[in-house]
Amino acid sequence: MTWCGDRPDPAFEAPWHAQVFALTVALNEAGHFEWADWAARFGTTLKAHGLTKELDGGEDYFNAWLETLEALLIEMKLAEATVLTHMKKAWTEAYLSTPHGQPVKLSH
Amino acid sequence: MPHDHDHPHSHLPSDPALRVKALETLLTDKGLVDPAALDEIIDLYQNKIGPQNGAKVVAKMWADPEFHAVMLRDPMPVLRDMGLYGRQGEHMVFVENTEETHNMVVCTLCSCYPWPLLGIPPGWYKSDAYRARAVREPRKVLEEFGLTLPEGQRVRVWDSTAEVRYLVVPQRPAGTEGLSEAALAALITRDSMIGTALAKDAQT
Repeated sequence: MTWCGDRPDPAFEAPWHAQVFALTVALNEAGHFEWADWAARFGTTLKAHGLTKELDGGEDYFNAWLETLEALLIEMKLAEATVLTHMKKAWTEAYLSTPHGQPVKLSH
Repeated sequence: MPHDHDHPHSHLPSDPALRVKALETLLTDKGLVDPAALDEIIDLYQNKIGPQNGAKVVAKMWADPEFHAVMLRDPMPVLRDMGLYGRQGEHMVFVENTEETHNMVVCTLCSCYPWPLLGIPPGWYKSDAYRARAVREPRKVLEEFGLTLPEGQRVRVWDSTAEVRYLVVPQRPAGTEGLSEAALAALITRDSMIGTALAKDAQT
């Protein structure tokens, strides 16, 4: 395999990687969960995902991160699966109905 | 809904990107997170925190024997004073390379990493390949990084956790006696503080 070495790569490869990272850090800092608990759960998800493929540390890393956060928030009753599905649908529709170049907003 | 590609609507983000938007909307609506605070966190980790923080500390350790001793013994009060403490409450441990021992750091659990000193870890640090192999065959991994250690130098691998995170203090290169701390810091790369490289030579 190749290691990227010391090339100055971006902290986050995609905006949503940064966003899900920031959400998690913000919730931790607000005291909703301990970082050690987060790391243990995240490690479990990574392990489960790594059984079927070798994780590259990029997109699939943050996919595992997102899955862990969704499950944790649902378990803590801070989020509801049905509401998340609804919100995602609303955002999808907003993107599809907003002309290119205009800011995409949720109408709710 | 099928649509042709000339349809002039906004570009639809990926599935995970939409799920993150959904999460953010829900948590914002509930008052659990503040979008401005999220932007601040992203700006901090994207633009303000990086290996230059760790390099500054290591350069000072090279230059100042008293500081050096303190950082190896009990670094947390000093890091707090310097504003380089972890907001996740982790404890930092500095491990120093010597002629006898080369140190390298991994997190086999997930990707525990000293954010305040090094920023966000590079992709390879988070990869299964590095996480599994750094422990199993560290010399081989180091060779793939272009680092072949002398046979007599042993490799010690430190497994970071959410509570304890390690930072390697690379050996100070020869011929750097007269350099300022700022000039020394320029020799200390991110990878040298993870232990997958050495500090740069003075004349490069």
